[in-house]
Amino acid sequence: MNKVLTTGIILGVAIVFPLVMHVLDQAFYISFATRILIYAMAAASLNLVLGYGGMVSFGHAAFFGAGAYIVGILAFEGVTSLWVSWPAAIAVAALAALAIGAISLRTRGVYFIMITLAFAQMMYYVFVSMKAYGGDDGLSLPSRSTGLGISLSNDFAWYYLVLALLMIILYLLHRLLASRFGRVIEAIRENETRATAVGYPVFRYKLLCFVISGAIAGLAGALIANQTSYVGPALLHWVQSGTLMIMVILGGVGRFWGGPVGAVVLLALEELFSGSPLLGPYSLHWQLPVGIILLAVVMFAPQGIAGAFAKKPQ
Amino acid sequence: MTGILFLEQSLNSLQFGLMLFLLAAGLTLVFGIMDMINLAHGSLYMIGAYLMASIAQATGSFWMALPLALIATAIVGVLLEISLLRRLYERDHLTQVLATFAVILIANEGVRIIWGNQSLMLNAPAGLTGPVTLPGGMQYASYRLAIIAVGVAVAVLLYLLVTKTRMGMLVRAGASNREMAIAMGVNIRRLFTIVFATGAALCALAGAMLGPILAVQVGMGENILILAFVVIVIGGIGSIRGALVGALLVGLVDTMGRALLPIAFAKMFPPQVASNLGPALSSILIYVLMAAVLFFRPQGLFPARG
Repeated sequence: MNKVLTTGIILGVAIVFPLVMHVLDQAFYISFATRILIYAMAAASLNLVLGYGGMVSFGHAAFFGAGAYIVGILAFEGVTSLWVSWPAAIAVAALAALAIGAISLRTRGVYFIMITLAFAQMMYYVFVSMKAYGGDDGLSLPSRSTGLGISLSNDFAWYYLVLALLMIILYLLHRLLASRFGRVIEAIRENETRATAVGYPVFRYKLLCFVISGAIAGLAGALIANQTSYVGPALLHWVQSGTLMIMVILGGVGRFWGGPVGAVVLLALEELFSGSPLLGPYSLHWQLPVGIILLAVVMFAPQGIAGAFAKKPQ
Repeated sequence: MTGILFLEQSLNSLQFGLMLFLLAAGLTLVFGIMDMINLAHGSLYMIGAYLMASIAQATGSFWMALPLALIATAIVGVLLEISLLRRLYERDHLTQVLATFAVILIANEGVRIIWGNQSLMLNAPAGLTGPVTLPGGMQYASYRLAIIAVGVAVAVLLYLLVTKTRMGMLVRAGASNREMAIAMGVNIRRLFTIVFATGAALCALAGAMLGPILAVQVGMGENILILAFVVIVIGGIGSIRGALVGALLVGLVDTMGRALLPIAFAKMFPPQVASNLGPALSSILIYVLMAAVLFFRPQGLFPARG
């Protein structure tokens, strides 16, 4: 199918969705869809390092959670303007990615997976220990961020703002991946030794890729803090990193739509089996069908869902 | 007072470290020989603990239930290996992560469907419920001493198995260079099924021994799985000796950190700072340990691949 057409259809569905839900009187699903969009952004950021950069980061929740906590802490201190708190969230997440990446990128393979996990867990316990900001219990935000002149508590306004941001991020990612930088990153993933031999400063390219990814995850974190008006240490827990990774693998590693598709499918499956009346009293056991479907994807769609629909194999 | 506390915490850390070793031993061999990331290893630990708890309840005897639970879990492990994991060896690590994550979900729900949401009680065997007095006048739970004894016995047994038997030689050959071992005529698939069954039995042993101390509940496998991964990465993937050293190190650092850091901080900082900082820092310690080991020795302490 034509790429422009596909993108147009996806965008069209995303734009019409809340209106349809409004007509059907299912306001809950507007908020649910916003959550999916935010996770789509986080998963897309992970796919940049994991899929295109070949760096399997098992600590992405650190940047996601840090972004969320910065917004939460600033709101707690009385700073609610998104012109201050969101850039702050992005900056802190990028700085964290710079520090963690500078150390972790010295290792590779499984050791890289584990060292990124280690740093994310350290960050988790740092936020748990900050009793002034809720500790274990987390922190409730008094309201959503302000500064646009419209109230973001309105679910429609909030949905369209998040959708617009996601589209901007995806467009920028698209441009980034098509640029010289994107080509070099993929070249490094395919053959690091050769990329070094050709003369590229491999370490700096990988680190920059890691920082960009962390910054986008920080923005997604800032959005998730607003979405639930709550930040808690669970946002930084390794389970969160694992979930983001599962989304990317499910959607398609190194496929442009891999992250978003994985986020949509995983969250929709969870909702379908746990929240909807589909399974009746058995909905308590929603993890069972989700697990079986994930296994089926592994067996029958080795390139992930986005990969199964693509023409050329990667 | 500090002497007794120190001795008690040393024993606790030894006990924790040995149990971690039981989990890490199987994980490191699976990883080392087949280059397979098995997240479902923690599920075998959970299944082992559940089987142990219900068999012990049915038979009324801890020691009779133990071998039955080990065998049953080994069978579950073999079934899992033959039906699913075998198809994943040739796939990349990320696919293995997704597939075994799915296994975790299915195992958790399966356990919940069979045993319900309530956590199970597993009592320590009769005769090991009270404390004993150690030389020096210290009181210590006799059951925890039994755990240490079992852990040491298994560690010695595994050491002999891996270093002195033909089977152990094949395992070591597979871990250090799988292709070469295949080329030399080792039936690596059968070897691996045996290793996997042993790993599952060791998981069940850890689950069964820890059952009376910790709660037997759904999700018990996931957090300890992360610790087991930390252990094998510190020790070096594929190395039994590395798993033992890593497990004892992690047990020591974690237990001592939790026991001693808050006391040390209370002396150094005002109470408010100390009560915030102590628990957080002691939780972070093992990750700092891992990051430091990887920074200075990126292949772990005892790399199996030459």
